[in-house]
Amino acid sequence: MQLNKRPTDKQNQKLDLKSVLTLATTVLLGTTHAVNADEPSTKDNWSFDSAFLYYGEGDRVTAAEGIIAASKTFNDDKRLNLKLTIDALTGASANGAVAQPNVQTFTRPSGNGQFQVAAGEVPLDDTFKDTRVQFNAQWTQPIAPDYTASVGAHISKEYDYLSLGVNGNLAVDFNQKNSTFSVGMSYFLDTFEPEGGIPNPFTSVGTNFNDDDDDDYKSRQLADDDEYQGTRLTDSDDKTTIDLMLGFTQVINRRMITQFNYSYSMVDGYLTDPFKILSVVNQAGLTQDYLYEKRPDKRQKQSLYAQAKYHFDSTVLDLSYRYMWDDWKINSHTIDSRLRIPLSSNSYIEPHFRYYQQAAADFYQPFLQQADPLPKFASADYRIGEMNAYTAGIKYGMTLQGGNELSFRLEYYSQRPTSAGHQEPGVLADMEIYQGVDAIIAQVSYSF
Amino acid sequence: MAKRQNIMNKFTIQSSLLTATILLTGCSSLGVQPWERDLLAKKEMALTASPIDAALDDHIYFSKEASSGGKSFGGGGCGCN
Repeated sequence: MQLNKRPTDKQNQKLDLKSVLTLATTVLLGTTHAVNADEPSTKDNWSFDSAFLYYGEGDRVTAAEGIIAASKTFNDDKRLNLKLTIDALTGASANGAVAQPNVQTFTRPSGNGQFQVAAGEVPLDDTFKDTRVQFNAQWTQPIAPDYTASVGAHISKEYDYLSLGVNGNLAVDFNQKNSTFSVGMSYFLDTFEPEGGIPNPFTSVGTNFNDDDDDDYKSRQLADDDEYQGTRLTDSDDKTTIDLMLGFTQVINRRMITQFNYSYSMVDGYLTDPFKILSVVNQAGLTQDYLYEKRPDKRQKQSLYAQAKYHFDSTVLDLSYRYMWDDWKINSHTIDSRLRIPLSSNSYIEPHFRYYQQAAADFYQPFLQQADPLPKFASADYRIGEMNAYTAGIKYGMTLQGGNELSFRLEYYSQRPTSAGHQEPGVLADMEIYQGVDAIIAQVSYSF
Repeated sequence: MAKRQNIMNKFTIQSSLLTATILLTGCSSLGVQPWERDLLAKKEMALTASPIDAALDDHIYFSKEASSGGKSFGGGGCGCN
């Protein structure tokens, strides 16, 4: 009886979703393996992973991100992976200026209008809004016994940003496939076209470009103003990133596998953030001016990464450590751990803990002092300052009938910027200079 | 002087080869036979068990912190940093 059981409507729906996606993928690729009810094996070759993620910082940034990834294994272990990512960002982020005992007025980064920040509040620019679409394709295949090659392409587009990338990787297995050595390289070309153009570093942001007092300050079109245009360099700028990676994977025994990577990254071009500014304060700590930030046009990063996975009787431990250092004098330690605990034959929970510690860039400073000469480079972006960050989360996953997987993930991320020893003159001693960020991350994933 | 440098170079090469040999010999005694891969073959034992989670996490931390990559390429990709 069991063999003759007809599929239920629900099962049909699931099959239909997969069929539609399979058909869409094959049509897009122009392959001739169209979905055919008589060829269930062909149809089953495509597998899909999808996820929706919500990221919320409360009164700051909120992001929603959706991913769908399709993969298919062809004859001879040739593999194609395709991934589409769409995300939307909205909310407020710190613009770099310090809090003051009085109300502060800022020109929006686009030059269109101004906004005010209350006394004692860390200035947040609330014009942060963007939608991004990203597409990745990766082809992997064996090229000789024990040799696997992989090539990929990446394109990401948002309103004011375009990123194009290619990558290649070669892996060699030896010692009965217990050891793998890999070498990889990637190249990215990113173009930034911020609304209002690229600001001239260290020029005054200013707040009174337009002298027409009849205008409501919120509706001023500063982009047409000559004085405003004097603070702009060009409409767009770009940067290139070359990444090199050497990897070594080693099976230790039946229960344990390890990985070690060395990465070198060279970023060249426009690395300044056009939306970030610095307050210039006097000896009383009161803001006298705001200047656009300025970063070097080169950055060399290196990192060492080690990971171990251990299979206990039923639980699996995933432990990793990364040390990163660069020529901006930033260095960081990251420890990440996950423990997958089975609850039954088809469900599990996975607690996750991550710790991150970062030392500041040598040109990071929370504000500029009027009495000091202008440094060569300066940024008050807390993300290149000194900080500790923690992530604690839990994932619950289950295997559904038919082998499809459904999982839920809930995490809490806390960033705690700390002082790298900058003295705070006058009123700044009573202001919050290093404000923390707390975020909730919620995710649903479905694989079919 | 040149002779001394040559001896030093030879010494460096020899010690590098020796280190590499020790490492490779050490690694060759590690590992399992093909029929002992039952646990390692499980999906949850893959080095990146959930690529989707890894991609989402990379995007979050790339936009909030000054470090990226390490496990995989940490290059460009978005204007979020």
